[in-house]
Amino acid sequence: MNSEIKAKAIKFGNNIDTDVILPGKYLILVDPYELGKHALESLDADFVNKAKDGVILIGGKNFGCGSSREQAPLALKYSGVKCVIAESFARIFFRNSINIGLPVIECKGISDAVESGDEIDVNFEAGKIENKSNGKKFQVEKLPPFILEIFGDGGLIENLLRRMNKK
Amino acid sequence: MNITEKILAKASGKQAVCPGEIVDANVDVIMVHDLTGPLTVEAFNKIGTQKVWDNKKVVIILDHQVPAESVKAAELHKTMRQFAKEQKIQIYDVGKGGICHQVMPEKGHVIPGSVIVGADSHTCTYGAFGAFATGIGSTEAAAVFATGRIWFKVPPTIKINVEGKFQKLIAPKDLILNIIDKVKVDGAIYKSIEFTGSTIRKMSVAGRMTLCNMAVEMGAKNGIITPDETTREFLEGRVKSIPDFKKLQSGNDAEYERTVEVDVSELEPQVACPASVDNVKPVSEIGDVPIDQAFIGSCTNGRLEDLREAAKILKGKHVKDNVRALIIPASQEVYLKAMQEGLLEIFTDAGAIVCGSACGPCLGGHIGLLAAGETCISTSNRNFIGRMGSTQANVYLASPATVAASAVTGKITSPLLLEVKE
Ligand code: SF4
Repeated sequence: MNSEIKAKAIKFGNNIDTDVILPGKYLILVDPYELGKHALESLDADFVNKAKDGVILIGGKNFGCGSSREQAPLALKYSGVKCVIAESFARIFFRNSINIGLPVIECKGISDAVESGDEIDVNFEAGKIENKSNGKKFQVEKLPPFILEIFGDGGLIENLLRRMNKK
Repeated sequence: MNITEKILAKASGKQAVCPGEIVDANVDVIMVHDLTGPLTVEAFNKIGTQKVWDNKKVVIILDHQVPAESVKAAELHKTMRQFAKEQKIQIYDVGKGGICHQVMPEKGHVIPGSVIVGADSHTCTYGAFGAFATGIGSTEAAAVFATGRIWFKVPPTIKINVEGKFQKLIAPKDLILNIIDKVKVDGAIYKSIEFTGSTIRKMSVAGRMTLCNMAVEMGAKNGIITPDETTREFLEGRVKSIPDFKKLQSGNDAEYERTVEVDVSELEPQVACPASVDNVKPVSEIGDVPIDQAFIGSCTNGRLEDLREAAKILKGKHVKDNVRALIIPASQEVYLKAMQEGLLEIFTDAGAIVCGSACGPCLGGHIGLLAAGETCISTSNRNFIGRMGSTQANVYLASPATVAASAVTGKITSPLLLEVKE
């Protein structure tokens, strides 16, 4: 995974739950691109068009709360979301995102510093976030090395395969 | 150490652990269901390990989209049946089990002190038996299938100490809604919640499960209750051997991030209003809210005790004409007992429909979805936008007694206002 991510922001509020990210009725879909077509549709029917060329999602507190459905981060990833930055995450969503290779960054103060449409630069490994549109910068706590490794490998399965081959 | 820390220390082969530490723990049991299992199987096949690490420790339960409501769901179920057969894994198919979180303890898969992960967020329910249990995603479940291990960051713990005696018709559901109102939906993210106090010690297993079930609605990693005689009574005849509970008590040196004190003596029926589980009000402050549907069921409140509470209210009464009342016993065992006790007859007489044990409308999969503009009062655990069908429907959460009372009057109603024949 490239640790530099640049894209326009789309901002949402607090407690964006997994039912809103991907409603239960779509859980029978297996193709991730099909899931991607329904990402966040109940909050913004046009989200998929806005996201398709690559976006960075900005969330408030408790992003991804609710169900353990991995289809929620999968739907975001395959709709074009390159990275999610939020004030805080629900833990299962956070783990799921790491495991499927969708970068997630916890950053206090991000929702006040970004508006939808701003150009955001992220250096994932260095823990640096910059809002190019207003010059605001953040340094976040770096993730433990083994989690960065999972991201580097593109997800948990890829990471596991690499580690098992090494043995 | 507190009970959660003790379990995590043992599972990771350590003398002691402290909050913030990352541990690599052995998993005792893993559960996946029909909506998270297929992705797990797909990821497991990518790993290429031929066999799961221990087929006796894996449980598959079909409960979400059952009986299959579409060809797609039928295909997913087929995938799970085939996988179970190949790997010789215990599977609870349609008619043999019910909702995963009810079936797991009923069928003896939950043992105090064990580490249980499930590809479902309400896996935290098993904390009611003094197990460390938490939800994970499908890919992570596949990694556990292959290795039997998982990493955890040891969580700080919030103690919720509950004292006092419930008034008549007030239930553990009212208590947990009241607690969520205090702690808020993000108040326990990454944390553990330990329920203590005399009210918890006197509470039935069913009530304890309702509390731990909703720990995740505050963001918690797990909810947990110290196992005791009540736990033992439930487990006897269900599990092969019951461990010594002495090692599963929080020590005198146990540390807590904070303690929340709750007194239930004056607690009124509580309702979580749309569209957040912490938007809680006493039912007396709700005002006039007409309903279209009343749902009693789910892994939060579909147990025998819940159905008895609902039956107390519905006995000899009628579900209001323009209201649909759906009742779904949480498992086949609950269904059978409810039938033997005559509860299903009471419901049917009252004009409610009793459906087969499954998740039902709880997650908007099928059976009883809502149209735009409709309102449902439900005993389940989430009232998010679109959770039970249309994104323009409203979901209120309450206890079985409150939902039953509302079904009778056609609007959100305190069970205390209805005449109840005991
Ligand atoms: S009853 Fe509802 S909350 Fe419980 S497992 Fe089923 S869908 Fe999830």
